[in-house]
Amino acid sequence: MSRAAQEFLRSAAEKSADLTHRQLIRKGIDSYNAANERGRARFFDWEAARLKCQQIKWEAVNNLDRYLLEFEQRVKERGGHVFWAENSEEACNYIVNLAVARGVQKVVKSKSMVSEEIHLGAALEKLGIKVVETDLGEHIVQLREETPYHIVTPAMHLNRTQIAALFKEKLGDVDTDDPQQLVAAARRALRRDFFSAEMGISGANFLVADAGMIALTTNEGNARLCTSVPRIHVVLTGIEKVIPHLQDLATLWPVLATAGTGQPITCYSTLAGGPRQPGEPDGPEEFHVVLVDNGRSELLANAAEREVLQCIRCGACINACPVFRTVGGHTYGTTYMGPIGSVLTPHLRGLPEFNHLSYASSLCGACTDVCPVKIDLHHHLLHNRRDAVAESDRPHSERMAFRVWRWANLSAGRFAFFGWAARLGMRMLHGLHLDGTLFDPGRAWNKNHAGLPVPSKSFRAMWGKRNGHN
Amino acid sequence: MARVALFIPCFVDQLVPQVGLDMVHVLRRVGCELDFPQEQTCCGQPAFNTGYWEDARPVAERFVQIFRQAEVVVCPSGSCTTMVRNFYPELLSGTPLQAEAIALGQRVYEFSEYLVKVARVTDVGASFAHRVAVHDSCHGLRELRLKEESRELLRRVRSLELVEMPYSEDCCGFGGTFATKFSAISAAMGDAKAGYAETAGAEYVTATDPSCLLHLDGILRHRNSSVQTIHLASILAQTGTAAERRAPAAPARRQQ
Repeated sequence: MSRAAQEFLRSAAEKSADLTHRQLIRKGIDSYNAANERGRARFFDWEAARLKCQQIKWEAVNNLDRYLLEFEQRVKERGGHVFWAENSEEACNYIVNLAVARGVQKVVKSKSMVSEEIHLGAALEKLGIKVVETDLGEHIVQLREETPYHIVTPAMHLNRTQIAALFKEKLGDVDTDDPQQLVAAARRALRRDFFSAEMGISGANFLVADAGMIALTTNEGNARLCTSVPRIHVVLTGIEKVIPHLQDLATLWPVLATAGTGQPITCYSTLAGGPRQPGEPDGPEEFHVVLVDNGRSELLANAAEREVLQCIRCGACINACPVFRTVGGHTYGTTYMGPIGSVLTPHLRGLPEFNHLSYASSLCGACTDVCPVKIDLHHHLLHNRRDAVAESDRPHSERMAFRVWRWANLSAGRFAFFGWAARLGMRMLHGLHLDGTLFDPGRAWNKNHAGLPVPSKSFRAMWGKRNGHN
Repeated sequence: MARVALFIPCFVDQLVPQVGLDMVHVLRRVGCELDFPQEQTCCGQPAFNTGYWEDARPVAERFVQIFRQAEVVVCPSGSCTTMVRNFYPELLSGTPLQAEAIALGQRVYEFSEYLVKVARVTDVGASFAHRVAVHDSCHGLRELRLKEESRELLRRVRSLELVEMPYSEDCCGFGGTFATKFSAISAAMGDAKAGYAETAGAEYVTATDPSCLLHLDGILRHRNSSVQTIHLASILAQTGTAAERRAPAAPARRQQ
């Protein structure tokens, strides 16, 4: 078992038993569900909108090379720079070198999961460059020195009291648990940063190929400040974010907002496409786009799994996932949590280390039902499991168990015998009060369950007796 | 008279044979003639779901060969029905049996699906004087798109009070080998579900999947709950007293 798997199991056991956590998350997801239901009802036909989004992203992902080059060309025409980073290291180096060359001392960041993926914050801070997260949720988890709990709502695991205590300690000028005053305190602190930072880093919800612009979605307006006030704007994004046409946003933007938070559209929808042009009163002097591959091309090459790249990072699958709601976002130990994380992470960071995530699902399919771009998430988990058995280190005992299982199930006689023996064994264990002990092969089950029923006769035995052998 | 082949999942055969017997009672009551192909074992889902497709494949092929003559196959598990209908086509892709597997998948029905959609029966003459909540088993709900079928049948059961539990569509946490590989998560999910059944004031929680019910039964008894589990077929098999049988199925019992 990999280290990541061991840590996952440990943390999962801890969080599963934490009823306060369970209730807090249930409450958060309940309000999301109510908003999301209202949001979907606003659509003339939500299912048709999903299908449209799926088609747009399918077209983009299946012609990624063409649309990325188109995007790059348009950005360059407007005087922007585009850097193709094959991995985390290249992406970090480009941004760090740029910051150093331009004498940057402070960076303001709007939300970018790719920056978490490549650990950009740590790379900048190592050189003494201060990094300030400006999304409120991200800011809170940054103050707590945590990673985001959820890709859309990074601080959903915290209640108001915890945030009040944190702000009192870290921001100093606030001592209240009134949400409005807490937000005002964060706003005061962040304003100072927006106007003193030399570099703003944003992600991108979409890269619009025909317009050569990035599309950003926020509710706090922080991305607009990050992308327009500092001298340098760096866009950090995965290559799969490209979409063909500006008009695609007419469907993608409202669908993303609805799937993400239940809103008809987010408060701020921004397009940015380059440095300040001659005659323009404001905007950054430099505009850089860092396109991160980091394993995505390999996934793109896999035709059966490629659609995973259609993800628009709305978080709907995470909210729908009963495993996420039970273990929480930090237990995954990955940048992307929940179903999409369990599907994607083994592709980005390796199946041997992360195949346990493919197994940490009851395959209930709730994720697939809500995905706005119709990624067949739970079936991709099945494929990852198949690939884990074929290519990586599943336990020897498991391999042997299924070989025996197969042999037993290829004959009705052997099946009946194994069944009879198992029932006899269970009765003996129970008779000797050994359930749940080391002698009990079903102890993982028996720890949390009352004993299984053990009938003396199987269905087939009773059928044979009542209906004659036919 | 319809001729139905019984597909009795391996764990029903070995651990909860009563579910199979109850399904037999109900199917006979609605006029089916039954066969039990004695050669059947498992559909292959445990290996398939764990990633052991090479081990699952010969077991699935054997299943197709055993049931190839059957006109209609009925199974008291939405999950095992899903395996044949939705997953065999991919598992057996590129094998000589693929086409036959796809065709068989269209003739395999989950029990409530068969009654309501194929036999077109909703009143099977059952009587069960208890308050019952439905847990929507995932494979039935999201793979076979069944939800109303079991409720339609339950509304026609005399003396039965159908209650809805909160989050009835949330997974119970069983998930096959998931329940042992990630027992803490599985048990916590089951525990939440058990709490919802209690909140609904149900005496029984029913489902179309005996695997969910085995899991929930163990969880409920472990927490000394007063809620019990019962498979849909076992409710429909109950006929009550002669007087109850004469009473009409009361649509007035329909829950809003």
